[in-house]
Amino acid sequence: MLKSSFKVLILILIGLIVLSCEDILPSAPMESELLDGPMEGLTHAQSAQFIRGDVAFNDELFHSGNGLGPLFVATSCVSCHAGDGKGLPSTSLTRFGQIDATGNKFLHLGGPQLQNRALPGYTPETIPEGATYSVFTPPAVTGLGFLQYVTDEDILALADPDDLDDDGISGVPNWDYIRDFTIPRPDAITRDGKYIHRFGKKASVYDLLEQTVDAYNQDMGINSIFDPIDTFSGLSIDPEISQQTIRDVVFYLETLKAPIPRDQDDPQVQQGKAIFSQIQCASCHLPEMKTGYSPIEALSYKTFHPYTDLLLHDMGPELDDGYTEGSALTSEWRTAPLWGLGLSKNSQGGHYFLMHDGRARSIEEAILLHGGEAENSKNLYVGLDQSEKEDLIKFLESL
Amino acid sequence: MKQLITLLLLLIAGMAQAQIDTTLLQINKTDSTQQGLNMDAVYDRPFLNLGKLPVSVGGYMEANWQYMGTEGITEGHEFQMRRMTLFVSSTIGKKLKFMSEIEFEEGGNHIAIEFASLDVEFHPLFNLRGGIIMNPIGAFNQNHDGPKWEFTDRPISATQMLPSTWSNAGFGLFGKTYKGDWMLGYEAYLSGGFDHTIIDNDQNRTYLPASKANFARFEESASGTPLTTGKVAVRHNNFGELGLSYMGGIYNTFEDDGAAVDEKRRLQVFAIDYNHTLPKWNTFITGEWAWINVDIPNNYTQFYGNKQQGGFVDVVQPLISKKMLGWEKASLNLACRLEYVDWNVGTFQETGYTIGDHLWSVMPAISFRPSQQTVFRLNYRIQQQVDVHNNPAEKTAGISLGLSTYF
Repeated sequence: MLKSSFKVLILILIGLIVLSCEDILPSAPMESELLDGPMEGLTHAQSAQFIRGDVAFNDELFHSGNGLGPLFVATSCVSCHAGDGKGLPSTSLTRFGQIDATGNKFLHLGGPQLQNRALPGYTPETIPEGATYSVFTPPAVTGLGFLQYVTDEDILALADPDDLDDDGISGVPNWDYIRDFTIPRPDAITRDGKYIHRFGKKASVYDLLEQTVDAYNQDMGINSIFDPIDTFSGLSIDPEISQQTIRDVVFYLETLKAPIPRDQDDPQVQQGKAIFSQIQCASCHLPEMKTGYSPIEALSYKTFHPYTDLLLHDMGPELDDGYTEGSALTSEWRTAPLWGLGLSKNSQGGHYFLMHDGRARSIEEAILLHGGEAENSKNLYVGLDQSEKEDLIKFLESL
Repeated sequence: MKQLITLLLLLIAGMAQAQIDTTLLQINKTDSTQQGLNMDAVYDRPFLNLGKLPVSVGGYMEANWQYMGTEGITEGHEFQMRRMTLFVSSTIGKKLKFMSEIEFEEGGNHIAIEFASLDVEFHPLFNLRGGIIMNPIGAFNQNHDGPKWEFTDRPISATQMLPSTWSNAGFGLFGKTYKGDWMLGYEAYLSGGFDHTIIDNDQNRTYLPASKANFARFEESASGTPLTTGKVAVRHNNFGELGLSYMGGIYNTFEDDGAAVDEKRRLQVFAIDYNHTLPKWNTFITGEWAWINVDIPNNYTQFYGNKQQGGFVDVVQPLISKKMLGWEKASLNLACRLEYVDWNVGTFQETGYTIGDHLWSVMPAISFRPSQQTVFRLNYRIQQQVDVHNNPAEKTAGISLGLSTYF
């Protein structure tokens, strides 16, 4: 009798354990606290491709056995974009050799990107004498699909190169040639054979395919059919990654959800949002944009809130590193999207490393580094009282 | 014709089986939870003897169900056959013993000779061992049989930082001596060893277990130099066993066809281990801690650290030891494992901030042993892992229910 009871007790115990599995596991963080995850509205097939891209982006780690280097900057996508968020100075990359729109004069010496790491036995690159350079911290990669499908027409409409509205802010697109493998947008606007570019710190990248191909090649030394030139030898070599994987990663980047704002009902956040417009931050950090047509239905004709205008602006001498890309001046930088700003610390080791090279250690410090076209906004910020500044920071942290 | 031969062979096999006198099959019942020194683990295994044949066979298996999850993501129910291991040993002749351990993992997809050595016994303090040896670094590497432990998972520090089970072709000496309550043992081996994959692998971190995938190490050393492993252990009946061990050597191929292709890069591992059974409560405590230093090229990624450290402590408390459910010497135990591993000890050059890439875990457990050779175990793991950037920890938890037995 006792034995039977004991056995029954054990069976019940095991049953309870199995049934309570879900309850004893760590719960998922709030969706708004995460940058990664797919956007809503993907089909099953699209979700499967998203997962494939997710695995390639976040789980595939390169080494000499699967093509890394021999010169490289990082060993994987996730090394620099932890949680799809911003990176740190320790994962920065360096570009060198171009000072104006006439192009990079140091391509024959390893430009534009410095591969500052190398497999054992190889010697990494150093910046050639006479070359100016700039250090870039990795950007967050969420919401890029929305930016991808903003029409050229809309971007151009935001530009004001001659400052006709006399607000001290001009804004110009980065015009450059596209790569051999790039298929121009159906609605592409051209000027002297050049196209509007939109991704990257200098808006020097045309689309996410170009960004992905370059990242594999220049950051990790992984050659693809799109770009078979090895950064070490300068020669064309066999692809080290499949075309499908590149496509999957591009799709992953396109369909990562847009960052979800938090605390939007908080009066302090609402007050900060009003101040954001009042001191003309919103002139460049445009709160709202819309996509045009996209073959991904979930991205077609959507309104979203990136807080960027995808244009280049003169940011003043303090942020002028003397290096540039495409048609941008050395002092010009693309307006950084502010969405997800409040979650930056979650991928930057609990600290802020803001601006193009992570030199700003707080949001306020980043604001104070603004100059050039943003000088007026910065001065208006400096003129705010302390509680207004706190409201503004609170709003920015809610994005 | 083939069918006829097959039938004939089956008939003979059946007859042969029918002729076996089962009384000749004798299980050498060793209590594998008790032992002299940790280094005796390979001797301290239950074997099956067939009559007076000099060959003994044995082995163990481990299987489990688990349900683990990380922050809302789970693989669901997982039914796993972790491994089945076969032992074959033989007393070849006077002072000559052969022992081996062949492991099948992943349903037979992974097969490895973990141990296959000839011991030549000259004197208790002076014995020669050669073949495939288990390098005596820490305690777990040599004492890893599943049925000895109250936990389904092997210690993370032992398998994901140290490369247990780590064995190589090599030779060396071992011995031990006793005096009163004291026991002293030593081991010293030269063997093949690691290769460049410990800093060039798909884990994105310095990872000693990566070299386990290099089966060429049983034919040649990547560096052309020996890996030195040594251990000294001392045991007192009242205070337990304390082991100090070292493993080191050049790990990379620095010369190829006579040409220098890299600098010589060294790897060093220091470990301390301890085990004891507290006499009053019969509480068993065991653990090990290891420190790893690896020479990394200056311009290499900081994700590959040049220092690592980690270890574990297991505490096992028998609650009931008596006849249960018809088993004469059954026991019910409560246990807990504490683990910590830091795969990258140091700071970032650019910021001076501490590099992350560490993990801690707590794993309470209940185990039931119908005999000392068999264990049913229920584990609950709570784990937090921090990435290299020191971002907020990823929380993992889950339960596993498993069994492991010698046979």
